Parts: sequence; structure tokens; C-alpha cells
Amino acid sequence: MTTLLILAVVVLGLLVVFRLSRVAELTATLRGQRQEDITERDNRITGRMMWAFLIAYFCFFTWIPIHFRGVFLPPAASTQGVWIDAMYHFNWYLLGIVFVLTNIALFYFAGRYYHRPGTKAFWYPHNNRLELVWTVVPAIVLVGVIIYGLTVWNKITAAPAPGTAEVEVYGKQFDWTFRYPGKDGQLGATDFRLINGDNPLGVVTRASITKRLAELHDQIAKETGDKEAQEATLPEDKVADMKDHISHLEREAEGIMNLRTLMEQDIATNGSNSTYLHGSDDKVTKEFHLPVNTEVELLIRSQDVIHSVYLPHMRAQMNAVPGMTTRIHLEPTITTDSMRTITGDPSFDYILLCNKVCGISHYNMQAPLTVESAGAFKVWSILLPTFESASPSATGATAPDSVKTQIADEAQAAEGTNKQPN
Amino acid sequence: MSAVAHPSAADSGHAHAEHHHHEESFISKYVFSQDHKMISKQFLITAIVMAWVAMLMSMIFRLQIAFPGESFAFTHFFLGDKWAPNGVLSSTMYLALVTIHGTIMVFFVLTGGLSGTFSNLLIPFQVGARDMASGFINMLSFWFFFAATIVMLSSLFVESGPAAGGWTVYPPLSALPQAIPGSGMGMTLWLFSMVLFVAGSLMGSLNYIVTVLNLRTKGMRMTRLPLTIWAFLLTAILGVLAFPVLVSAVALLIMDRMLGTSFYLSEIHIAGEALDHMGGSPILYQHLFWFLGHPEVYIVILPAFGISSEVISTMSRKPIFGYRAMIGSLMAISFLSFIVWGHHMFITGMNPFLGSVFVFTTLLIAIPSAVKVFNYIATLWRGNIVFSPAMLFSIGMVSTFIAGGLTGIILANSALDIQVHDTYFVIAHFHMVMGVSAIFAMLAGVYHWFPRLFGRMMNTKLGYVHFWITFICAFGVFIPMHYVGLAGGPRRYYDYTEFPMFQGGVMDLNVIITMFALVGGMAQVVFTYNFFHSIWRGQKAPENPWHSNTLEWTAPMKQMHGNWPGAIPTVYRWPYDYSKPGKLEDYVPQNVPLEEGEEEN
Repeated sequence: MTTLLILAVVVLGLLVVFRLSRVAELTATLRGQRQEDITERDNRITGRMMWAFLIAYFCFFTWIPIHFRGVFLPPAASTQGVWIDAMYHFNWYLLGIVFVLTNIALFYFAGRYYHRPGTKAFWYPHNNRLELVWTVVPAIVLVGVIIYGLTVWNKITAAPAPGTAEVEVYGKQFDWTFRYPGKDGQLGATDFRLINGDNPLGVVTRASITKRLAELHDQIAKETGDKEAQEATLPEDKVADMKDHISHLEREAEGIMNLRTLMEQDIATNGSNSTYLHGSDDKVTKEFHLPVNTEVELLIRSQDVIHSVYLPHMRAQMNAVPGMTTRIHLEPTITTDSMRTITGDPSFDYILLCNKVCGISHYNMQAPLTVESAGAFKVWSILLPTFESASPSATGATAPDSVKTQIADEAQAAEGTNKQPN
Repeated sequence: MSAVAHPSAADSGHAHAEHHHHEESFISKYVFSQDHKMISKQFLITAIVMAWVAMLMSMIFRLQIAFPGESFAFTHFFLGDKWAPNGVLSSTMYLALVTIHGTIMVFFVLTGGLSGTFSNLLIPFQVGARDMASGFINMLSFWFFFAATIVMLSSLFVESGPAAGGWTVYPPLSALPQAIPGSGMGMTLWLFSMVLFVAGSLMGSLNYIVTVLNLRTKGMRMTRLPLTIWAFLLTAILGVLAFPVLVSAVALLIMDRMLGTSFYLSEIHIAGEALDHMGGSPILYQHLFWFLGHPEVYIVILPAFGISSEVISTMSRKPIFGYRAMIGSLMAISFLSFIVWGHHMFITGMNPFLGSVFVFTTLLIAIPSAVKVFNYIATLWRGNIVFSPAMLFSIGMVSTFIAGGLTGIILANSALDIQVHDTYFVIAHFHMVMGVSAIFAMLAGVYHWFPRLFGRMMNTKLGYVHFWITFICAFGVFIPMHYVGLAGGPRRYYDYTEFPMFQGGVMDLNVIITMFALVGGMAQVVFTYNFFHSIWRGQKAPENPWHSNTLEWTAPMKQMHGNWPGAIPTVYRWPYDYSKPGKLEDYVPQNVPLEEGEEEN
């Protein structure tokens, strides 16, 4: 009903405008005035409106950040974030000056020099010196902006110090999974063909390979049986589809067997340094914790489509691209607890958002991030179940939630730290 | 009628007089016309229709963004039960609307509509040619464009919905129907529509280039060309060099989708299965896409520069300040536009050093852009400004270009881009700089050259109403949007309600934005009414209504094949002799010979 009313008002309003314009048009024609003749009065009024607009524009522009100051993000919670914020300040002031001056010039001149009959404009086709000035001055200023910008960019993207802790952030439609290294301090190799119910990241271990192969062989056997049973009755294209799928599974199994060969060769050459031996003590979790004042490198991967790891409070962002690992490193400087005090919001949480459109639930692909003291983080991570122990070879279940909660509770009791994410 | 039968460049009035007796059928006059003026109108009207489609889409999704989960009869009316159950926009359709809104606006309105309309109308008129170099290819160019619009619109009606991976259609999302329903039939149609579009655009561009270079009338040196023509020429060159790369990107994507190749796909596990694809790179697509995509935004903005330069100079009754600097900056922008595409990819995993190079080249574009803005302002200074609706929109164009251009300096700086990449800050930036300012220039062009197109005048007062509402609403929409982005608000989110950090202030901003968007959209009814009403019932246009210098106004207002009844006028001077000292009138058309002792500029 309200919609109808609004619609009716809009339609009537427009009709009135059209009728009025028609009346104005007819009276103008009667007075011999034509559309292309813009009267002095119209020019003067429009000129004044240019000035009025300039004032209103600046007021609106200032009012919003003052009135809505609450929307701005709290102070940067990472070292790189502090650099970026400082750089923003520099750029805002610079751009603010240019913005104000050019707009004043534009609208002031427009309002000041409206058409007056009997006068002529000032003949001023060019002035080389002036043009040189306003080419060279922006160029010099931009050199400053570029140098400052690239300095910060190079600092942010420089290789992390050797031995920096690694954390894997793994995106898939529509949630995030995280992997922390175990005792060996290193993340093991992964392969997307090993992904299944208990191995969401495709971590490579001898056990996970064996298990996945067995699973595939069972599936191939089952589908081949189905195909043979139904070959006579089903239409040809359906049978062809089934055949295609079986050969797809066979290719997958072959790929995994090649992987196993590679793994064994690598282990034979590198011994215990082989990346294939680092996976079994990795810790796969849905919770995202980082230690404060410690540099960590995020290794970012995706299972299906492009996602983006966006940590607005850390001023950090990097795409998660299927088929490759992207990296950022950062050093959180404010714990979740401290940030709760700073923002005065006891329910505040850092957040990890997906910031590259990835499908219909893209808008809700998020995970809270807990930044805690190094000690609390250590306890939390030690108590996480390892990959090997969390994926018992027989059952298809991950670590039961009850076990996780129990471990977490113990950790909390032992340390007395508050690390409840929500 | 073959193309050969049009001696388009023929100088002799005699050769042309024969055409006057030629009776044209309805089909050859209004449908498959080879006349640049008719093709221009066809482009314009198609673009206006497409702009309405895309604008209504934006209204629907703006309602959802400001009032998530609320039911709207408006939404339900357009989308029905399937895509808007109970009048609430579905998240699938939300993404589809966002995608198609962007596609239509960028390609069909701001490329086809802006460049197609005004290049076609103005190039032959302003260089002094009877028609385009090839009328037939010109006609084909429109019909390919039109076929592309039909295919694109038809994708709105397929069962799985239109393409929904964003207007950039990044694979793997766009390559895998398992990932999102819109990547099924809808995406296939999108890709084929783009191929048709590019084919049409290419034919148009080649024609524009040839016409400008070869069919200039006697005396029309390159340095006597109006800035519009310079802008259209450079736009066409950009189009010829950049668009084919889009086709290659699209072709590879089609192969990945249909033939099982792996150009963009690697190591993907989706819908419970590992795919066979190995070794491709989604980043490759982004490089190919943005190699077009970035020049594309200049394909949009250069004609806007051309039109506003022309209108500002004419209506200020003052020569454009720094004509040669304006040409130089157009050239510089065109050149630089090809080496900056990587600034869309700072955080995609591209090598950071490569990122630094793109920071450098991108920020360089600020220099010619600043020169243009300063020159516009200097043209206004001590002018004698006639505020026609076209002039208002041109001033509006400069002001939105300033606002959008300055935030570009933030986004071009990779370190700053980390924070606001893919947030509403980016949306606000590019809508300001290539959405609003290019649309303003397009509207300025429509108001200014309407008499040349239709022989009648648009209503000036309605033009004022249209301008002021649109202008205020443009800022009302896009200024607050910057702050949503600075608050960390990601783009392409269907609903912010799941996030405590976006409750309160950000949602209030969203309501403000949506309100301005709805009012601004309504203002376009005023324009559309004015446009169509004036085609049939507007006041008859006099000769040269704006007292302009360029050649299109020397042709009779009654349109005819070949543009000029007699010989094509000869050009003796540059197009900006406004308020020249020692002249009685405040304008001297280009075809007026220099007086004795008069200096040419």
C-alpha cells in the first residue's frame, strides 16, 4: 500500500513537472523566447546556484565524517597497518588541499563569470608558463607520493625474516580453515586430490595417501559395477557419462600414485627434511588465532574459486587463488582483549572477511580472529589435535567436538587467559 | 545499395545532388541505415534503453543493501517469485544484478552508447566528410552491437539466471557452473554477447580512425581538429588495440568451459570432486582482462573529455585553454592507459615488484589528468558563461572527475590499496570518475547536439531540473559510499547484517545512499520525457543554436544524405575562435576565411 502511495506521489509529481514545463514552454513561445536563448536572469540564478552548491558540497563532505565518525575502523592492529594509516594521513591532507582548491576555483569561476549581454570573454587561448607550472608542480608532488608509497609497499612485501612462523589460511565456498605447524615448526605438503571428509586441506602423509587411494578404488569398483549392471537399460549418453566419470576417477588415482612415488623419492633424498614428512603433526582447525607482537606469515590457498583474505583491522589483504599459494606476513600488535578496551566494545572481535566474490554465500564467508599473548597462543596451539591423531584411519570423522572443547577448557583453566572467541 | 555507391568523401556537390532524388524505403532509412546520423541515433536510443535496464537493476539491489531482507513490491514486480520470493531479492539474483548492471553500464552504455553515438554523429560532421569511410561497415557495427545487447538481455531470462560472477567474470567462478548457478547458460550468453560486442566495436573503431585520418575536408589540419575528434580518434585507437585482447581472454574462457582445457584452472576441488584441470592460472585471465579493462575506462572517459572540452569552450564563449596541451594530455593518457592494468591486481598474488612498476605508471596518469582539469578551470576563468543544460553537465563532469580522480591517487598506491581493495571505496571511486562523469558528458552531448540529431530543441527548464537533481544525487550517493569503504565494507555483499562492525553507522550510510539513488533515478524520467517529447514536439531548432564554430553547424539543420547540399566547406582556422579580439561577433566559424592581417591560433 505504502509502495503504491509513494508510486502515485512520484507519478503525479512528474506529471506536474511535465505540465509546468509545457506551460513555461508555451508562455516563452508567446513572448518570443526560445529554448536556445538562455536569459541573463537564468544565467545569473544558475551562477548563484553554483556558489550555493559549492558551500553545500563542502558542508556535506565535512558533515559525513564528523557525524559518522563511529564507522571508521579502530586504530591499526598490526605493524604494517600503522605504516599504512600514517600514509593515508599524508595522502588525505595532500588530496584534501587539491580537492578544496580546485573545487573552489571551478565553482567560483562558474558562478562569477556568467554571461552578461554586450560583454565579451577574455581572449586567453594559452599561456605556456602557466601550463608548465601546473604540469611540473603535480609531477614533483607525485614523485613524493610515489617514493613514499613504494617505500611502504617494499617494507610490507619484503621477504619475512627466516624462521618466521607460518600459518595456512585456506578458503573454500564458504568458510575458512586454518593450519598450524606441529612440533617440527613446518607445514607439510598438500595435494588437492587427497581432499576428502577427514582431510579438508589435502595434507600429504603416507596414511592419507593410502586412505584416499583405497577410497577411490572402492568408488571405481562401485561405479564400474553400476555401469555394467545398467549398461543395457540406460541410454547411450548416460552410459558414456558414467564411463567418463570412471576414467576421471582412474586418472585421479593415477595422479595420487605418481604423487606417492614423488614422495618416496623425496623422502629418500632429503630424509627427515622432506616436506612430505611435515604434514602428520600439522594442526587443522576452524579457529583462527595469532600471537601478538610476533611476525607470522600467512600462506593462503583456495580449494575452488578465488577468495580474498581481508583483515580490515590489520590493514591486510591478499587473494586466495586456486592452484597457487599466495603469502603475506604481518605482526599483530594489539590483542583482542586490548582492542575491546580501546573500542569500549566488550564483544569486539577481529574479523577475517572474504573479499572476492566467490558465490552465493560470499557475503557470509567470515571467521573471527583472536589475537592473544604469545603464551596463550602457544598453549592453544599445543592443545590442538594433530592431523594424524584427528583423522583416525578407519572412521570418516574429524576430531569429535567434545574432545576439542575439553582440550580448550583445560587450556583455559591452566593459563587463566581469556581466549573465548565469541 | 552498395557501399561503393556512396562517394562519401566526394567534394563535388554535383556528384551528390543525385542522391536527393533517391527515395529511401523505411527499412533502409530507419533500420539498416548506412547514414552516420541515423546510426548515431540508433546507438543513442539503444543506449538509453540499456541505461534504464541497468539503472533499474541498481535500484533493486540498492534497496536490498539498505534494507536487507525487506520485501518490496518493486523488486517483486520485476523479478517475480523465483528471484524475489515474497518480494525479497535472492542472493543469487543479487550477484547477477550487480554483474549485469556493471556489464551493461560499462560496455553498452558508456562504450557503445557514448562513443558509438557521438563518434558517429560528430566525426563526419566535424571533419567535413559526407559520411563515414564505409557506411556499410558502420551499419554492421551497429547491428553487431544491437545483437550483443539482445544476447545480453536474453541472458536475463534463462533458467539458471544471468552471469553472476561480477562484471569482470573472473574464473574459476565464471568457468564452473558448480560454483555458482549464473556460470551456466547465463555465462555462455555473456561471453558470446561480448564477442559480438567487440566485433561491432572493432568495425566502428576502424571506421572512425580511417574517417578522421583520410576524409578531412580541405584545410582541416590535425591541429585544427576540434578536441572531440581528437578524443574520438584516440578512443578508437585504444579500442582497436585493447578489445581484441578481451576476445582472446573470452575465447580461452570458452575453451576452459566447453572443451576441457586448463588455461585458467588448476588444482580445483569443487562440489566434492577434484577436477582434471592442472597447470592453468586464474591470474592469466586477470592480466588479459585488465589489459583491455584498463584502456576500457579511458575508452569511456576520453570521449567524455572531448565532449566537455567542446561544450565548455563554446558555452564559455572563450577558446579552450591550452589546446595543444589538451591534445598532448589526451595522447599521454592514451599511451599510459596501456601500461597500468596491473593496478587492478596488487593483491592477487602478482609479484610485488611488478606491483611497484604499476604504481609508478599509474600515478603518472595523474599528471595529464591534472593538466586537463586545470585547463578546464582556466577556460572558465573570465569567460562569458552561458548556462545551457549541456554546460551544466560539463561543469558537473569536471567536478565529479576531480572527486573521482583524487581518490584514484589513493587506489593507485599499492600500499594504500591493500586496505580498500574491493571495498565500496573502489565502487565510489570508479562510479565518480567513469560512471558519473562519463554519463554527465554523455548527457551534455545529448543536450548540446540534440538539435543536430533531431532538428529540434530540448526543453531547457526541464534540463535544469534534470541537472540539479542528478548532480546533487550523484554526490549524495557516492560521497557517503567512500566512507562505507573506509569502514572496511566489502563490495558485492548481499547483506551486512551478519557483521556487528557494519551495524549502526554503515547501515545508516547505506540508507542515505539508497535514498539518493532512488531520487536520482527518478530524475532520469524527466530526461527521458524531455528527450522523447522533444524529438516530435520540441521547438524547431534554428541554424547554429549555440553560436558554435565547428563545421557540423554549417550544414543545414534539415538532415540530408551527404550532410552539405553544395560543396563541403573549407576550413581556415582552428575551432576555438570565441570572443576573438577585433571581431564583431563572439564566434568565428571554422569555414570563415582569415581576414587580412589576422593571425591564426
